[in-house]
Amino acid sequence: MNAAVVAPLLLSLQVAASATLLALVAGIACARALGRRQGWLRDIAESLLTLPLVLPPTVLGYYLLVLLGKQGAIGTWLHERLGIELIFTWQAAVIAAAVAAFPLILRAASAAFADVDVQLEQAARSLGESETRVFLRVSLPLAWRGVLAGALLAFARAMGEFGATLMVAGSLPGRTQTLSIAIYNAVMAGNDDDARTMVMVSLIASVGILVIAARVLGRRQVR
Amino acid sequence: MNVAMARNLARRAARIVPLALMLLCAATATARAEDLTVSAAASLTNAFGEIGKAYEVAHPGSHVVFNFAASDVLLKQIEQGAPADVFASADEATMDRAAAAAHVDASTRRDFAANTLVLIVPTTGATPARLADLKAESYKHIAIGNPDSVPAGRYARQALSEVGLWDGVQSKLVQAQNVRQALDYVARGEAEAGFVYATDAATQKANVTVALTVPTSTQVRYPIAALKSSPHAAQARAFIDFVLSSSAQATLRQYGFSSTKP
Repeated sequence: MNAAVVAPLLLSLQVAASATLLALVAGIACARALGRRQGWLRDIAESLLTLPLVLPPTVLGYYLLVLLGKQGAIGTWLHERLGIELIFTWQAAVIAAAVAAFPLILRAASAAFADVDVQLEQAARSLGESETRVFLRVSLPLAWRGVLAGALLAFARAMGEFGATLMVAGSLPGRTQTLSIAIYNAVMAGNDDDARTMVMVSLIASVGILVIAARVLGRRQVR
Repeated sequence: MNVAMARNLARRAARIVPLALMLLCAATATARAEDLTVSAAASLTNAFGEIGKAYEVAHPGSHVVFNFAASDVLLKQIEQGAPADVFASADEATMDRAAAAAHVDASTRRDFAANTLVLIVPTTGATPARLADLKAESYKHIAIGNPDSVPAGRYARQALSEVGLWDGVQSKLVQAQNVRQALDYVARGEAEAGFVYATDAATQKANVTVALTVPTSTQVRYPIAALKSSPHAAQARAFIDFVLSSSAQATLRQYGFSSTKP
């Protein structure tokens, strides 16, 4: 395999892994904040948080570009206070992928936390455990399988991110050119050989991840 | 609502939904039959939008649909059997490839406009006096159409190579999918400089400044031709004639295109 294929693959794995971690932390936090609440407010909050999954990636990319860009609210602040420029960096690709993948973790974690037996949490509380400890030692371990399932889907979504990534991270070879963008460029430039190789690589990587996911989740089920 | 009512409703829906889908398909199919699909280079977006409207007024009952993208992308779509009727490219090379593969009807091919390549900067940024200034550290990102698939990028690569700058600035290049994306990156100030056509720069006068006109060894010329696979050959020819007419040529000049040198 040549460098034209390996570099985008490694970058994609790096971006997808970082994005999944970021989305995992945010997703668990939001699922926890929503908690066992019911009613309209919860539905509205959950729907708003699910928007990145529903919106076209280009819309997402546009919003991110407007927010994180040099003239954007967050972008200006980052630039002036911390000297950070996000656009055209691989970190921008991570943010785009994390935002796109976040709802998958939120939904999975939400459902998983809801399935945890309330009585077990109450028992822990009655033994004098703090809320944080109840969450870390009872709720999270019991909900972990569902959260993990969401995280694997999120990783797959992050690997495939294209539209939003292209808008905020651009297509800088070796720096922000992820596998999906490299495939698009190869097809458009007529490099069908490179495109075919990369498509195969991406297929193998994706199937590999899903198979591992099925094995990991399945084994726990048997036990 | 009881169970029987729900079942009844579901059964009725099962009958209606396929019917609705069939009608929808039929409706879109008839709408398509009258459409003239023009695949045109991204830099023609504004001018062709106006010319298309004028064409529809001049030819009542006709409907022009535009597909704007980088010229190579358009050719790629045509190669894969995209149902286009007319192809307008931003360079001769792409049209030559289309002609070599016998996708276009060579007898209909005409050059209809010319353009110039310019180096642009955000209105708030520093203005380079010559191309070599791009090597300075203050130019961190230079937006350029991907030379592998965007004519404007190829012209820029050619111009930079001729003055021996291509290798020096390569690490700064942000490759855009089409010339308008390169324009957008500069207009938003994300890239400190960029290569676009003079006509693109003119659409964003408030946000970008033309620093200099970039000399190209071959003139930037736009050829247009009808596709061989088009089922609307007569309309395709009519559209090409319209683009060459004095009124459409005036529109093109209004958007900053120049007429082709003979």
